[in-house]
Amino acid sequence: MKIDKNTTLKIAKLSRIKIEDSEIEELSKQLSAIVEWVEQLNEVNTEKIEPLSNVSMAKLPLRKDIENKEDNSKEILSNAPNKLQNYFVVPKVVE
Amino acid sequence: MEFITIKETAQSIKNKRISINELCEIFINRINQNIDLNAYIYYNEDNIHQQLSVHKNQDNILNGIPLAIKDLFCTKSMPTTAASKILKDFRPTYESFVTQKLLNKGSIFLGKTNCDEFAMGSSNTTSFFGNVINPLSKENIPLVPGGSSGGSAAAVAAKLCLGATGTDTGGSIRQPASFCGIVGIKPTYGLCSRWGIVAFASSLDQAGIFANNVEDSAILLQSIAGYDNQDSTSANVKIPNYLESINTDMSGKVVGIPEEYNVEGIPEEISIVWENAINQLEKGGAKVKKISLPHTKYALPTYYIIAPAEASSNLARYDGVKYGYRSENTNSLDEMYEMTRREGFGKEVKRRVLMGTYVLSAGYYEAYYLKAQKVRKLITNDFKEAFEECDFILTPTAPSSAFPIGEKEDDPIKMYLNDVFTVPASLAGIPGISIPFGKSKEELPLGIQILSKHFDEQSIFNAASYLEKNNV
Repeated sequence: MKIDKNTTLKIAKLSRIKIEDSEIEELSKQLSAIVEWVEQLNEVNTEKIEPLSNVSMAKLPLRKDIENKEDNSKEILSNAPNKLQNYFVVPKVVE
Repeated sequence: MEFITIKETAQSIKNKRISINELCEIFINRINQNIDLNAYIYYNEDNIHQQLSVHKNQDNILNGIPLAIKDLFCTKSMPTTAASKILKDFRPTYESFVTQKLLNKGSIFLGKTNCDEFAMGSSNTTSFFGNVINPLSKENIPLVPGGSSGGSAAAVAAKLCLGATGTDTGGSIRQPASFCGIVGIKPTYGLCSRWGIVAFASSLDQAGIFANNVEDSAILLQSIAGYDNQDSTSANVKIPNYLESINTDMSGKVVGIPEEYNVEGIPEEISIVWENAINQLEKGGAKVKKISLPHTKYALPTYYIIAPAEASSNLARYDGVKYGYRSENTNSLDEMYEMTRREGFGKEVKRRVLMGTYVLSAGYYEAYYLKAQKVRKLITNDFKEAFEECDFILTPTAPSSAFPIGEKEDDPIKMYLNDVFTVPASLAGIPGISIPFGKSKEELPLGIQILSKHFDEQSIFNAASYLEKNNV
């Protein structure tokens, strides 16, 4: 298989998605099938071809660096799953 | 009056044959009678009445026109979920650029439509809020509406709104339009601002429109297009008056027919519809030219590297800290992230995030992601060369009609193949429309796709309008 169980575990860790032991094999199989399928791109000669990252015809615009003062911390915090005063709360990081 | 098209309904409102309140009641009734379709994730009569109570008339064709909004657009007055558990209670604190434009023109939002989770899917079967049923389903066999914008397509087809917004990353407007027998247009990348649209694959995502006919799609696209300095890829181009400029004279136009779209295993009924559309254009005086888009077969694998890669970084923001779902009872920060994303994302989303992480990870970046970007360049060049020989390109929209819910679920690649005809244009950033043209053996609608050059939406509306009037 292109993507073995260890690789699946590694990318799951990198993605910060917990996967259960019982799911690893099936997932590795599916990801391997997709990777094998996309590898048909190796047939294409891409020598001297520049990678295309942006199809937009627009030039990347510059904007004036203008200071903007607004206090919308209340709004920003309004969707927080857990907050205290003006802070987002997360599980304890340091003892 | 049936109140199916925007143009006619706007006339009725203007001539005071119907009030906006009465009009909305008609749509509220229609939605209530069709709750089973599951087209809307958020729909609330009180919310509609609230909008009506503060509605200010605008001198615009969209004044009072009831629309549906794909639940990928941030709306201040309604929750926005992207059809994901991870955003199920999310209340945006700002309005997307596109929906703000529609509100400024006086339209009424009936609700937020269902879609595939984070727009990842071709059948609307990955939504946390359940499947959408294609309103054209026959008894006992519920069909998919297509995806990802399945709820918007179903809502327009079932007349549960007069038009809807969608987003199209690899075919998410055109394919459901084809499956539901309506018009769907994905404009040029950069024509509509992505500000306030939940991001999936930023170099491909583009807002667009569903409507019951070509004219309405022109009216709506006109209304949402335009420059926005909040989106660095927004194009500062002049937007023509599409509706008034529609010219159905096809004489002298050159229609490109790409031979590579004659893919193996394409059902005969689709070849026939394609052939019929070509013949109709010829009858109208258009010249038909065989063209070649040699890298077509590599479009899907290119897309399934680039889109998951971009998705994996875009979706990194869902960490349970600032907004959205958070897993309970975890002991460490890392565990909180991992459990939140495990429980908050659905199967297909997780698969794509993992795939994207893989192709971007150290040692694989060049072999996959960079390679795909190079092939993307070749695909874009193919179109550039083709448009030197023709004014627009005609292809089928999808390789099948709407299929039963549950089909193709066992094999992700099979599901991905749905987008074989729509993905190339997405990679090139060119505009495309799907209009209903002909029927399958089972009397289900089939769509025909028209593609044109960057920012040449007008050619698309012209040809689509001609074919709509000369449907066989």
